[in-house]
Parts: sequence; C-alpha cells; structure tokens
Amino acid sequence: MNRRSLTAVVGGTLVAAVVITALVALFWTPYDPLKLNFKARLAAPSLTHLMGTDELGRDVFSRLMRGTTASLRVSLMTVLLATGAGVLIGAVSGYLRGWPDRVLMALNDALLAFPGLLLALGLLAVFGASETGIILALALAYMSSVVRVVRGTVLSLREREFVRASRVMGNSELYTLMRHLLPNCLAPVIVMATSMCGWIILAESSLSFLGLGVAPPAPTWGNMLAGSRTYIGQAAWLAIFPGLAISLSLLGINLLGDALRDRLDPRMRRRV
Amino acid sequence: MLRFVASRIGMALPTLLIVALAVFILVRLIPGDPAALMLGDSADAASLAALREQLGLNASWPTQFAIWAGHVLQGDLGQSIANRQPVMPLILDRFAVSAQIVLPAVVLATLVAVPAGMFAAWRQGRMADLALVAGATLLLSLPAFWMGLLLLLLFALKLGWFPVVGFVAFSENPGRALLYLVLPVATLLLHEIGVILRMTRASTLEVLHLDYITHARAKGLPESKVMWRHAFKNSFGPTWTLLGLILGNLLAGIAVIETVFTIPGLGRLLVDAIFARDYPVIQGCLLFIATVYVLVNLVVDLLYPIFDPRVAAK
Amino acid sequence: MTSPVLLDIDALTLAAGHGHTVVSQASMQVSRGEIVGVVGESGSGKTMLGRAIMRLTPQAIDRTGGDIKVEGTSVFALRPAQLRALRGPKVAMVFQEPMTSLTPSLTVGQQLAEGLEQHVPGERATHRDRIEAMLRRVGLADVSRVLDAYPHEFSGGMRQRIMIASAMLLRPALLIADEPTTALDAVIQREVMEMLVELTQENGTAVLLISHDLPMVARYAQRMVVMRRGEIVETGPTSQVLAAPAHEYTRQLLATLPQRRPPRPLATQAPLLSARGLTVEYGARQGWFSKQAGNRVLHGIDLDIHPGEVVAVVGESGSGKTTLGSVLTGLVAPTGGALRYKGQPLAARGAVFNDYRYNCQMVFQDPYSSLDPRMTVSALVAEALRLAPGLTPAQKDDRVADTLQDVGLGGDFGLRYPHELSGGQRQRVAIARALVRRPALLIADEAVSALDVTVRAQVLDLLADLQQRYGFSCLFISHDLGVVEQIADRVIVMQAGRIVEEGVRDAIFDRPREPYTRQLLGAIPMLEATAAGGVRLKWRNDAQASQPLAAVSLT
Repeated sequence: MNRRSLTAVVGGTLVAAVVITALVALFWTPYDPLKLNFKARLAAPSLTHLMGTDELGRDVFSRLMRGTTASLRVSLMTVLLATGAGVLIGAVSGYLRGWPDRVLMALNDALLAFPGLLLALGLLAVFGASETGIILALALAYMSSVVRVVRGTVLSLREREFVRASRVMGNSELYTLMRHLLPNCLAPVIVMATSMCGWIILAESSLSFLGLGVAPPAPTWGNMLAGSRTYIGQAAWLAIFPGLAISLSLLGINLLGDALRDRLDPRMRRRV
Repeated sequence: MLRFVASRIGMALPTLLIVALAVFILVRLIPGDPAALMLGDSADAASLAALREQLGLNASWPTQFAIWAGHVLQGDLGQSIANRQPVMPLILDRFAVSAQIVLPAVVLATLVAVPAGMFAAWRQGRMADLALVAGATLLLSLPAFWMGLLLLLLFALKLGWFPVVGFVAFSENPGRALLYLVLPVATLLLHEIGVILRMTRASTLEVLHLDYITHARAKGLPESKVMWRHAFKNSFGPTWTLLGLILGNLLAGIAVIETVFTIPGLGRLLVDAIFARDYPVIQGCLLFIATVYVLVNLVVDLLYPIFDPRVAAK
Repeated sequence: MTSPVLLDIDALTLAAGHGHTVVSQASMQVSRGEIVGVVGESGSGKTMLGRAIMRLTPQAIDRTGGDIKVEGTSVFALRPAQLRALRGPKVAMVFQEPMTSLTPSLTVGQQLAEGLEQHVPGERATHRDRIEAMLRRVGLADVSRVLDAYPHEFSGGMRQRIMIASAMLLRPALLIADEPTTALDAVIQREVMEMLVELTQENGTAVLLISHDLPMVARYAQRMVVMRRGEIVETGPTSQVLAAPAHEYTRQLLATLPQRRPPRPLATQAPLLSARGLTVEYGARQGWFSKQAGNRVLHGIDLDIHPGEVVAVVGESGSGKTTLGSVLTGLVAPTGGALRYKGQPLAARGAVFNDYRYNCQMVFQDPYSSLDPRMTVSALVAEALRLAPGLTPAQKDDRVADTLQDVGLGGDFGLRYPHELSGGQRQRVAIARALVRRPALLIADEAVSALDVTVRAQVLDLLADLQQRYGFSCLFISHDLGVVEQIADRVIVMQAGRIVEEGVRDAIFDRPREPYTRQLLGAIPMLEATAAGGVRLKWRNDAQASQPLAAVSLT
C-alpha cells in the first residue's frame, strides 16, 4: 500500500471511528453521562470505568462519547453554514465582478481583518455562549475564508475556455454559472470544508475550554479539559482522555484532508 | 516601488476604518444598557442619566462613533468597569506579556521548521520526508491547550522543573522570568513547527520542479546554493504570508495557553472581560488586536517583494 | 589529440518508475562544432534525452541501460564535484519557457555572474566586463540597466537572449537547446535562432537542437535525428533525411508540412458577415479630473466574410487577431464600428442578433480547457443543441450521433470523458460541438496551434473536409502562416490592431506587397518535390539578405 493510500486509510478510519461514536452516543452510553456517583469519585481507569470517573463520580468514557456527539454536531452545522453561505457569496461575487463584487469583497475583507478566534470571541459576546451562539459565531468567522477561496476559483475558472464556450453557445450567465462553474468549484471547496472541520473542532474545544462554550454539566471535550485542571495532579486521566479524543479526531481529519487534496488538486500531484 | 508601498498603505487605511466601525457596531449590539452595566444595579436614575450624557449615549450613532473615534486616536480607550483603570495602559501591559510568549515561539518555530520543511521537500518521498511530514501532522493535530496541560503535568507537577502557575515579568527578574516562559513557549512552539513545516514543504515542492531550478543546477551550482539562493527565496513568500496570519491569530488564540499556565496576558484579559461584561475592555481588546493584525499583515505585505519582486511590479 | 566526437550516446534507455520507457536504446553522436537537430513530437523522449546528458532528469526517471560519454568520459561515472565541473563549462543548456527559466527573485546580473563565480573565480570586475560584452553580443542595449533588472521586466525574446548569454558565457563545448524558440513569435524566433547559430559557430560550440519544429531544425542543423515514442527512428545528414527519408514516420512528419491545394473558385455573393470600422478599446476611464486613454486593441477593422469561404487572419501576439475573434462571437463588445449579418445591422440584442448567435460558433485553442471536464462527449456536443428551435429530443440525439460520426468519433466515444481523450480527439469534440448546429460561420481561434504536427495535419484535413461538406464559412485565426496556406481561400495579415495586407491566398504567398508580410513569410518553408521522391525545404526570401540584427532595447 503506497503512502497516499495509507494516509487515506488511517485518516478515514479515525474519522469513521469518531462519527460512529457520535452516532452511537445518541442512543446509548455505558453510563449516564450526567449521573452523579459520589461513591466512585476520581476513580482511576479500570474495568468498570474504562476511562475512570471525574470529581463528581461521572463516567469519563460516557461523557466523552456524549461530547463527541456535541462536537460533531457543532462542527457539521458550522461547516454547512459557512460553506453554503461562502460558496454562494463567493460564486456570485467572482462571476459578476463589477460593483457587487467590490461591495461584497469590502465586507468580506472586514471580516477577514479579524483573526478567526478573535471574531468568534467578539461575536460570542453578542450572541451569548450557547450552542447556537457558537455555531453562528464560528460560521461567520470562517465564512470569509470560504468566500475568498471560492471567489478565487471562480475568477480563474471564468477565463477557462469551456466557460467562454458556454457563453458563445448562447447560454445565459446564470446557466453557465450553475452548470459549468459551480460543479468545477467542488474540488477546492471539499478540501477546504474538510480542513475547516478540523479548525472548527479545535475552535469549539478552545472556546469550551475557556468557559465560553456549552456550559457544564453537558459534556464537551473542551469543558471536560477545563474541569480537569483542578484535579490534574491527582487524576491525570481526566486531562488525558478528552485531549486524546480531540487529537485523534484532528489527526484523522488532517490525514483525510491531505489524501483528498492529493486526489482532487492536480497541482499538488508529483510531476514525472 | 513607491507606488507599491503607497498602494498597500492606502489599502490598509480603509481596512482600519472598517475595523473600527465593526468593533463599534459589534459592541453596540451586545444586549443591555452600557450605563447601567457600568454603574451596577444600585445606581440611581440621576447618575445613570449623567453617565449616559458623558458617554454620549444619547447622541446618534454616527456622532457616538465620531466621539469614540476621536478618543481612540488620542489613545484613550475608556475605563474598565471592573476596576476603574484606564483601558489602554492595561492592554499594553498585557500585550507585553503575551508578546513575550508569542514572539519567541514563532521565531524559534520558524528557525526550526523552515529548514526542516525545505529538507523534507528536497528529499521528497524518502524516509526523511515521510518522517518529517508525519511528525508535523502529528504536532499540529495536538491542541495547544492539551499539549500545555500535558507538559505542565509532566515537567512542572511531576518533575518539578518549572513553576506551575504565575508569571514574572522579564523586566523584573530575567532569570526567573525565563523559567515561567519555557513551558508556554514550548507548547506554542511545538504546534507552530507543525504548521510552518508543512507550509514550507508544500511551497518548496512547488518551486523545485520549475525550470529555473534545473537551470541553476545546469550551471553547475552546488545543491546548497541551488536550494538557498534559488529555491528558498522564491518559495518563502507563502510561508511569510502565513507567518503574518499566525501572529495575528495567536494574539487572540494565546488565551488558551494563558489559561493553562495562568498567565496574565492579553487573551485572558479579553476572555475575563467577556465574562464580566466589561464593555470598554472588550471593545478596547478587539480594536487593539484587530489593529495589530492589520499592521502586522501590512508589514508582511510590504516586505513580500524581497522574496518575489514580481509583486511590486504592477 | 582531441577526438572530434564530443558527445556519444550509446543505447541509452531511460525508464520512469512504473515501467514506462521514456527513451529506448537511443544511440547518436555529436562532433565538435557541429549542429545536430533532434526532432520529435510530444512523448518522443527528446527532452529527457537532452536532460540526461547532464544528468538533470527528474527524480522519477532512471537510467536502465546504455551510456552517455562526453569527451570520452561517461557522465554516469562522474562524482558530484566532477559533474558540477561538467555543467556549465563543458555542457550548457537553454530551456524552452523563458517565463520560468530565470529565477524571479534574483537580478539578471546576479544570475549571470553565478556561473562565472562558480567556475572561473576571478575579479568581479572582469566578470562584469565579460557579462556586459556578452549581453551586447546577444543583442541587448542599455546593458548596465539590464544587469540590475529582474527577469519579469523583460519580454520573452529578451529573456531567451539572456539565457543564451548565460549559457555561452563559459564557452561550453556543447550547447543543448531544448525548444529554444518555441514560445516566441515567428519573427523573433528567427532573429534569436540566427543569433544563436552565429554565436555558437564563433565559439566552436556544438549544438544539440531539440525541437518539434522540423522546418526550423532542418534549416540550421547539419545532421538530423528523428525520435518517436522514445526511439530514434532515423539519423543522417539533413539534406539526405529530407530528400530520401528512410522511415515511415519521417515521411509522415514531412507530409504535415503545408501543402497548397489548387485555389477554389467561389461564386461572388453578398457577404455573410461584414464589419466596418471595428474598434475595441480596453480600460478607458473617465476620472473626475482627467480622462485616461484606454488601450486600443483594434483600430477600425474592415472585414467581409462570404458564404462558403475560408478567411484566414494571421498575426503575431499583440496583433489583435484574438480580440477580433472575440468581438465577432459576441464575447467582447466593440467600442466602435458596425457589424452587419446577412445585410442586416447587428445590434446587441434582437432577432438578428439571436439568429447570428445561433449561427456563429467557435472552436478554441486549448483542447485541455475548452471542454468541461465533468461532462461526457455526447453531453458536451448536445449542449449546443439545447437552445435549438424546432428539433425534437430524438432528432437532437440523432444529430449529435451523426456529427460525432462525421468528426471520426463514432461508436462509444460519446460516453467518454475529456480526460480520457488525447489532444487531437478533444479538438474533434470541440469541432463537433461547434458544428452540430450546422452554423453558417465557424470561427477557429488558433484551433490547431496546441496540437502535435501529425495530429494537426489530421485535424486540418478534417476541417477542410467538413467545410466542403457542410458549406459553412470559416474565419481561421492563427499566428502560423504555414498552417493557413493549406486551408485558406483568402488571407488577412494583421499587426498592432490594424490590417496590414489582405488578398487571395496565392497573391499573399507568392506576391506579398508589404514588408511585414514578407517578414512573416520568411519564417516558413516551402516544399519542393525532388526527383528522388522526397522533398526539399526551401525558404522564401532567402535570396534577400537577412537584415542585420538590430540592438533590442530594454523597454
């Protein structure tokens, strides 16, 4: 198996594991993630509690599973929102040029003038720290990158001869946009969306870690890590497992993204 | 060349204006009455009215903006609600702290990752390349705050080599200050090495198959000269741009590391202010960080022609 | 005593990683001071052969057999330091793409000095003098400014001169010129090649001239090597190869050279499309205080296209010929002038415009980007019928199948995707798409320029054949007068946005009036049959003395 397939397989496996865990956790976890059990506080990992328990006796493994669902849900919603809006705006802007393009780009540049997390923090101050708030804040913060990439792709595709051929055939601008331009934008958008999943998961965990995410007792990876700080000396497993979950997810997404980029972006292919 | 410099600076100015506008509007969107929040629940109607007058809250938005912009240009970002301190000096102090972590980390990461990335590209497909790429991917998949926690656990708590919490300013006591800096800088360093290495490798690969590299070899130049004189300069552009973006992102993103290591930095200031609904501080931090981001990117843009003279030719 | 054999390639075999042979059992020799040409189309392996001489092949290509000896020593036995000593002083190379062959971030002076500093350590001042002298020799003026400038500030022709200067500075024994002038305009091509030949002869440098352009190689090379799919199929003195080609492929290559057919008598009819005073200006701006003049690309063009005739528009880059095509297809709006279609004025909209739009179709230059990669061949062709009035879906399907059959892509080609087709096949699809409506006018914008010579000949034959059958008018835009000789009834020559000369084909080719036309004609050969059944290449205007090389200035 060559290196490219290995990357895809490992990445795909990790991502699949995360998705499956998230789906399973919707219906079943070994223990109730919210159930307190003072008798088993801060228990080290064992056969009964695979990843130990936290300071309130809750099973870490179950909480981790539920956190997977939360992270995945936030991440998918955000990516869908950011990509959908971004593709629309970027395509329209790139295809029409002229003053609609300039206005949209000015607005987009305004968004881009703020580093991603900063914008998210600022927007959270407005929307409030809830799951919806995070989704909206992150989607707005990352949408501008999608707009930039899509607009750039559309601008370069516009000059490709098959687009000009469509116009010469007498097709309308709208038809050309939908039938020829957008489908050919898919490749960079998919690559970007995959990377974005990773950024969003990281951003969402960071925000939760800072206390600006979903509030306890609902478990997210970020707030589990935040809670682990107090007990880090005595119960290291509280810090290790959530972080491991985030890392493995990010690793899987990064590897999968690399493999996708190799396949879809001809420029990165090794020349002979 | 002069036209290039002028046009870049010219583009930055409207951006700064838009940034200011955006921050202004954003904070006005936060639900609640700023005056009431500033004075607290126990304030009476008269003081509320007086404060509103003073803050210009009764005027129209454009007037408010003008007043606020005027203050900002004089360096006055208002007063913190929480502790009645002027905001600007507070931000500057905290910024100095954050900078002590961010700058060394990014500089060291660049010094390590760029040669490593170029080496990986040079040895594309061989063991060294695969190992470096795998390592870099791994490093950037580990969230910085987790890495920080683990390093804290191992080196501070278990081994006791470094202090667990707190911070000592460099100006006070350089030796002790270094001790407090090592772990946070190391955490950031590891993550950024992953990012920068991959970027450098990718852009070097793009350059290496171009004709001018073969041409340089055809002149009989040694590989080192080919790599550094021809490949590096031309491939560094994208990485250079990335560095600007990284620095900007870290100004806010540093908050997580500051939380892990309990360091009184700028990121933590913003987060605390959000919790405390301390609007002048929120506003000040947003404005300050975004402005620094725009300026950093401006500098990056202005220096770009060193690596790719074609950019200045337009 | 130095042997006259400078380069000796002996049964060289190069293979790419996955077993694909790039060069197979190639053997040839180059003697001191001689010019040897290597001719082949894409995939012939000629470039890799040239690169292998200095061991500059990409990582993925390995030598699996044979040897290359320079001055008696095998290059594969050299240690790294010896190899570096070979590159530059012994063997030098000039590349094809002037745009990417010079390092963008170093000044010209820095790049030129590198070779000297590496191989001839000495005073910087003497280096500078040598460099300046060489730059003047290759035809650049204002030499000190050139030294401090960056490559992107120069045109393609000037960059090639700089490349040649760079290679010749060290007076190598062998110069490998890999498509040195392919990316340049015809007139500049000739100037640069003449300079290259003069310079190498002066210095006693042998030249290995690698190109797909057989006439160009035949003109300058004393001996010729023909390659095909990695193998050398023929070698010999140029005159002999041309006069009595031994291999079938060589004959095929020679057959692709332009052959004139007898002129077609065309009944005079009212023009189908006529343009008067067509002007196109880009970027004119009305500012608040000043008016900025735009860039005028077409200056008042008058043009008539009659039904059933093939009109060729020829010009170099910057002549405005492509813009003319864009205006006529409606992609670009003219800033001034009038168009008439079938006698009616052509407005931006309306019934006449719609009729015109339907009846005027275009074939583009790049077969790799003119087809939407996500559509099948049938879908691509059928799309053109989407807006066709009065055809039922069944009739549309039939029409698509018939047209594909006519272009030679019958059978299951309809189900394939563009990336599964070769360049020539893709152009056939593009032609089918343009012709499926049975338009009155076809505009071919450099439609064959990106194709290999043998494929080009096939596509030109196809176009001529279809034109006879369907009877459409054709506006054939090209930078290559040679291509046009075969297909045109009338020829229009353009330069800098104006029409320089026009007339029937024979008049233009045999009795050109304008100096510019003659210059263009000077770059293309004529075929003359010899008694032995081969051909002899003749160049027009060779009787006239070629003009002394004018110094080319920086701007």
